[in-house]
Amino acid sequence: MSDRSSASAAAASSAAHEQTGPAGASATTPGTPATPGTDRIVLSGVSKTFTTKQGATTAALDDVNLSVGAGEIFGLIGRSGAGKSTLLRMINALERPTSGTVEVDGVDLAGVTGDRLRRLRHGIGMVFQQFNLMNSRTVYGNIAVPLQLAGMKEAQISARVSELLDFVGLGDKAFVKPRQLSGGQKQRVGIARAIANRPSILLSDEATSALDPQTTGDIVALLRSVNEEFGITIVVVTHEMDVVSRLADRVAILSAGRVVETGEIQQILSRPAHPVTAGLVESYTRTALTEAEKTQLRGEFTDHRVSVTVDDTLVGTPVLSRLARAHAVDFSIIQGGVARVKNHPYGQLSLALYGEDRAVEAFVAELGAQAEVIRW
Amino acid sequence: MIDFGTVVPKVADALFETLYMVTAAFLIAAVVGLSLGIFLFATRPGQILGNRAVHFVLNFVVNIFRPIPFIILLVALTPVTRAIIGTSIGPSAAIPPLAIAGAMGIARVAESNLVAVDPGVVEAAEAMGARPLHILFGFVVREAFGPLLLSLTFISISLIDATAVAGAVGGGGLGNLALTYGYQRFDWAVMALIIIVLIVLVQCVQFLGNWIAKRFID
Ligand SMILES: Nc1ncnc2c1ncn2[C@@H]1O[C@H](COP(=O)(O)OP(=O)(O)OP(=O)(O)O)[C@@H](O)[C@H]1O
Ligand SMILES: [Mg+2]
Repeated sequence: MSDRSSASAAAASSAAHEQTGPAGASATTPGTPATPGTDRIVLSGVSKTFTTKQGATTAALDDVNLSVGAGEIFGLIGRSGAGKSTLLRMINALERPTSGTVEVDGVDLAGVTGDRLRRLRHGIGMVFQQFNLMNSRTVYGNIAVPLQLAGMKEAQISARVSELLDFVGLGDKAFVKPRQLSGGQKQRVGIARAIANRPSILLSDEATSALDPQTTGDIVALLRSVNEEFGITIVVVTHEMDVVSRLADRVAILSAGRVVETGEIQQILSRPAHPVTAGLVESYTRTALTEAEKTQLRGEFTDHRVSVTVDDTLVGTPVLSRLARAHAVDFSIIQGGVARVKNHPYGQLSLALYGEDRAVEAFVAELGAQAEVIRW
Repeated sequence: MIDFGTVVPKVADALFETLYMVTAAFLIAAVVGLSLGIFLFATRPGQILGNRAVHFVLNFVVNIFRPIPFIILLVALTPVTRAIIGTSIGPSAAIPPLAIAGAMGIARVAESNLVAVDPGVVEAAEAMGARPLHILFGFVVREAFGPLLLSLTFISISLIDATAVAGAVGGGGLGNLALTYGYQRFDWAVMALIIIVLIVLVQCVQFLGNWIAKRFID
């Protein structure tokens, strides 16, 4: 694999993404094997079964099909134990599938071992939740490791390391040991180390999960600029919907080793199709009502109750009030919220409706034609 | 009263004999023990040279020597010592048993120092495309360097301790002197001097070990 050509291919395709925007990318149907040339990473029918010493087996991954495009930030989200790390580690062959194939730039990793595998790994950076820095080396030394492994000369290493330190904003910490850094600073070192060899792919396993919300925001911004400035394809594993919503172009939702849904981030957030996705979105936005809450609220709001999924059709246009006026229906808000992801609004509003039964029926029918409406 | 004129040269000679035995045994033990410890670690199942059978055998060998009290090991090894050194009496004759006991101790503590290294560092090294031997020495051993130096310090002090036992059976050194003066002649003044010399010696070794290790740990 030639670093230079793949990096420029990645940059070119990332530019293409900018132009076409989310609508262009959504042409990729979830789970469809990708067209060669546009996809960097393709997993087809990947399963992984772990066998413990006692002979018990765990199906960590079950028939996973995924493809990640060049220059894309791809999110993998799911609850603890869903198989996210196992899936991510397939991409640099730290984990081998029990069945199925993993292809990176059209090369089936099953046949890649020894020196070829090590060279492939020089082109794939990885960042970790616990940073995994060497305490016996300074910040400088940690970032220099992958460069030494790639056989770079000491003079070039020092120039490259200072460039990287400036990029991650740690120019003054070169000769400090990692234990003297904060979590956020350690992760900056982790990111600098991961991109030192100018990889074309970056794998991030819960890079922000050990950090506070403020620092998480900083690291998310840094990963974004890694993607935008260097055109590096990034796969981010996280259990935080907040992180993928700010970072990813597309996401796959993993549950018990299976990909239950793949799609554009705003589509996933506004119209989660699978219950697991809905659960993840719900716990992130907290705008939707749980069944238990609904049961309780039925007593409080004795009239008609609906939950409306909010997206572009309802925001910035007076659709709701116009329909209400046309049908002589009044409404009050029970619970809800609207946020923006990649400049698209999404959220949910739960409303209590007041008026003649037939008028309410007509209002719900007409609103339902434009937005997702659930009566409860 | 202590007759310094005769006692001090005797203690000085004994101290040099002890230092000779400890230094020679320690150097051999460090080389053999560290190699064995690294090998013990690397052959653990799941490690880079993972091999259950080899690991089991090495572990078994180390475990045979570890529980034997040093005095018994010393006596049991007499034929080996005679074959190597040519005699079973004197400071040089104490070196083989000291070296073997030291090596086994170092192997065991070195292995546990290496096991204690954050597996995340190994994971990062693999993800970066490092070779197995590079991972072992450039990452794992390097990360464990400070603790390894403290372990070596600990074992070298046990060796000082063991030379006294060796002295009791004709090995020479401070142990031998203490036995002759304290036990057979009841000369408590000489005993006190020997104890002070031993305390100072152990303190110096510990201080030196801590000082060197600190440079790697911080
Ligand atoms: N080396 C292994 N040996 C045995 N079982 C494993 C191994 N690695 C992972 N598993 C199992 O596979 C399943 C998926 O694990 P994985 O680490 O991929 O989950 P995850 O989604 O990353 O979870 P988390 O969010 O907690 O990191 C779990 O049930 C886990 O116990
Ligand atoms: Mg994980």
